[in-house]
Amino acid sequence: MTGPTKDATGDEQSSADASGAATEEQRARGGMAPEAGEVEQAGSGDQPPEGGTRQVAPAGPQRAGMFGVRGTGDTSGFGGLRLPGYAPAPAERPFGGWFDELADTLADALAERGVPRGAVQQVTVDRGEITFYVRRERVLDLARTLRDDPALRFELCSSVSGVDYGVDVAQRLHVVYHLLSMTYRRRIRLEVALDVDDPHVPSVVEVYPTADWQERETWDMFGVVFDGHPALTRILMPDDWDGHPQRKDYPLGGIPVEYKGAEIPPPDERRAYS
Amino acid sequence: MTDIRDDVTTGGDYAPARETTEGTIYTVTGGDWDTVVDAEHDDRIVINMGPQHPSTHGVLRLVLELEGETVTQARAVIGYLHTGIEKNCEYRNWTQGVTFVTRADYLAPLFNEAGYCLAVEKLLGVEAPRRAQVARVLLMELNRIGSHLVCIATGGMELGALTGMTAGFREREEVLHLLEHLTGLRMNHAFIRPGGLAQDLPEDWKEKVTDFVTVMRSRLPDYDKLLTGQPIWRQRLEGVGYLPLDGCLALGVTGPILRSAGLAWDQRKVEPYLGYEEYDFEVPTATEADCYARYRLRVAEMHESLKIVEQAVAKMEPGPVMVADRKIAWPAQLSIGADGMGTTLEHVRKIMSQSMESLIHHFKLVTEGFGVPPGQVYVPIESPRGELGYHLVSDGGTRPVRVHIRDPSFVHLQTMPAMSEGGMIADVIAAVASIDPVMGGVDR
Repeated sequence: MTGPTKDATGDEQSSADASGAATEEQRARGGMAPEAGEVEQAGSGDQPPEGGTRQVAPAGPQRAGMFGVRGTGDTSGFGGLRLPGYAPAPAERPFGGWFDELADTLADALAERGVPRGAVQQVTVDRGEITFYVRRERVLDLARTLRDDPALRFELCSSVSGVDYGVDVAQRLHVVYHLLSMTYRRRIRLEVALDVDDPHVPSVVEVYPTADWQERETWDMFGVVFDGHPALTRILMPDDWDGHPQRKDYPLGGIPVEYKGAEIPPPDERRAYS
Repeated sequence: MTDIRDDVTTGGDYAPARETTEGTIYTVTGGDWDTVVDAEHDDRIVINMGPQHPSTHGVLRLVLELEGETVTQARAVIGYLHTGIEKNCEYRNWTQGVTFVTRADYLAPLFNEAGYCLAVEKLLGVEAPRRAQVARVLLMELNRIGSHLVCIATGGMELGALTGMTAGFREREEVLHLLEHLTGLRMNHAFIRPGGLAQDLPEDWKEKVTDFVTVMRSRLPDYDKLLTGQPIWRQRLEGVGYLPLDGCLALGVTGPILRSAGLAWDQRKVEPYLGYEEYDFEVPTATEADCYARYRLRVAEMHESLKIVEQAVAKMEPGPVMVADRKIAWPAQLSIGADGMGTTLEHVRKIMSQSMESLIHHFKLVTEGFGVPPGQVYVPIESPRGELGYHLVSDGGTRPVRVHIRDPSFVHLQTMPAMSEGGMIADVIAAVASIDPVMGGVDR
C-alpha cells in the first residue's frame, strides 16, 4: 500500500507550475508581500521558477459572522462581520534574542553548502517562536544543513505533522517540522505550504530517521506524499481506508459503513424509535 | 461457520494448519514446535504477537521474524486504539479540548492537560496564577509517580515478576486515591483548564498530600528490596534493549530512555515551565543504555518527584486558581451540591434574576467559548515518557484549527526494532516494557 512516489527531479517542474498558479491567485486576493523578513536577497542566483518571490499562503479562511452559522440567520447581530484570512506576518530585523544570530548562521551555512538562495521564503517570529517558511524542493537541504552545521546542530527532530487550513485557502496543506538543538537549547519550526492538488514534499527520513512514523501519520491523516520515504503506508487507519480523515473537507458522519458484509446506514438515516 | 479442521494438513490436534497463498499458516496453542512442523521447513518463522496479548502493553501488535528463538526482524503495527482525538478537538471549543487530550496518554492525563493548557495560554498571552501553577506541578509530579509505578508493575508482570505487579498497583492506588480526592476523578481529570484550574484544591489537601508522601517514602525502598538487587530481575534486564545515545538522537528519543544513554536532558531543567526552575531536584542519569538502567532511572525519578511534591506543598500560597480575565475564565463558581458538582446557587440566582448581561456572558462563554488570537505555538513538557509536545494552530476562532500531540510513546515505539532485533524473543518483551508505550498516546 505504498503511496505514489515521484522522482524528486521530476517533481520540481510540476511544483513550479503549481506554485506559479498559486502565486497568481494570491496576488489576485491581495495577499501581503513578504519583504522585511525575507532571507533571500534580490538578484540572487536561483530565482524562483515563476520569476518572482513566492509568498506564503494565508493560514486561515476568511471568517464571516460570529458563530460560523451557515445557511441560516445569525442571531448574534454580527452576521455582516467579515474578517480577512490570517496570514503570518514576516518578521522585521532585528528578530530579537538569538533569532538574528540563527538566521545569519543559517544563511551562511546554506551558502557554504551551495544551497541556492531563496530556500527560505519567509521568516516569522511570533510568541517567542521562530518559523522558517521553506520551499519544498529545499526541505532536505535545509534539514541536512540544520543538523550537520556545527553552529546550528539541530540534532533532534521533535515533530513532523500536517495542518489543513481549510478548503478556501490557497496552498491549504502545510507540513510543519519542529527541530530541537540540544547543543544550543534552541527550537525552530520549518513550514512548507503545499497545494492540495500536488501534495508532494521530499521525505526527511534519511536525515532524521524519527520522521518515519510521523511522515506516515501525516500521509495517513492529510494525504501529503513524502517522496523518498522508505515505506509510505497508512499507520493509524486501516490499509484499505479511503480518504484522509484530518482534512477539513473529510465528511463527518453521513456515510454508510460496511460491517461484516452488511451496510449500516449513517446515524441520521437510521430508524428512529422516539 | 466452517470448522477450521476441514482443511487441516498437519500439526496434530492442537495446531491446526491452513494452506494459503502466503504459505502454511498454523494456529498454535501450545506444545513443542518440532511436533508441529516437519523437517522440510527451515527455522525461519514469522509470528504475529498481539494486538491482544498480555505482554504488549495494550493493543500493540508486533510482527516478529524468528530463527529459532532469535529475532531477526521486528515491526510494530499500531492504530488499534486510534480514536481521532486530534480531529475531535477541531470541532470543540478550546476549553472542551482538555477533555479529549486527557484521554490520549491515559496514564499521564495531567501532563496532557497541562501541556495543552500551557499551549492555549501561550496563544492567548496569559499566564495562570501562581497557586494554579504550583498546583499543576504538584498534580503532575503525583501523576509521574503513578505512571512510573504502572511501568514497573506491568513490566514486572510481563517478565514474570508478579509481585512487582501487585506491589506497583498497590502503590498506584494510593496515587489514584489522592488524585481523586484532589481533582474529583481517578483518571481523565479535565482538572487543569486554560487559564488555571477547574476549581481550587479541597480544604484538606495539605494533610492528604503530606500523608501520601510519608506513605510513599516508606514504600518506595521496597522496590529496591524486591527488584533492584534481585538476580533474576537483573539478568532479564541487564544488557537488554540496548540503545546508545546516537541511536536515541536519530530516532527522536527523549525521557528516561535518553537519560539511560547518558544525556541529562529533561525539559523541566533545560526549558523550565510552570516555575520548575525554583524546585530543587536532580535528573538521574545512567550510561548503560539498557532496560535495567531505565528501570533504575524510573525508581530514582519517583524519589525526585516526591521531593518536588514536598516543595510544592511548601510553596503553595492562598490565591486565585484562574486568571482574572472574565473573557477567558469560566463564568460560574463551581461548588459541590447535593447532585454533584455544578454551578453555585448564588450564581444561578444572579444570572437568572438580576443581571441579563451576566446571563448573556455566561451563555456565550459556555456555548461558544473564548476566541484565541491567530497563530501557532509548540509547547513541550516533560511527561513520564519524555517530550510531550502540543502544537496548536488558531485562526482567531473559538475552536482550534489544529491540535497536534507529539506523544513520546508514538516516537519511542519506533525504537523497538533497534532494541530487539538480533536478540532473543523473550527480550523483546523486556525492551517494549522499558519503552513504556501507552497506546492511548501512540494512536491518539
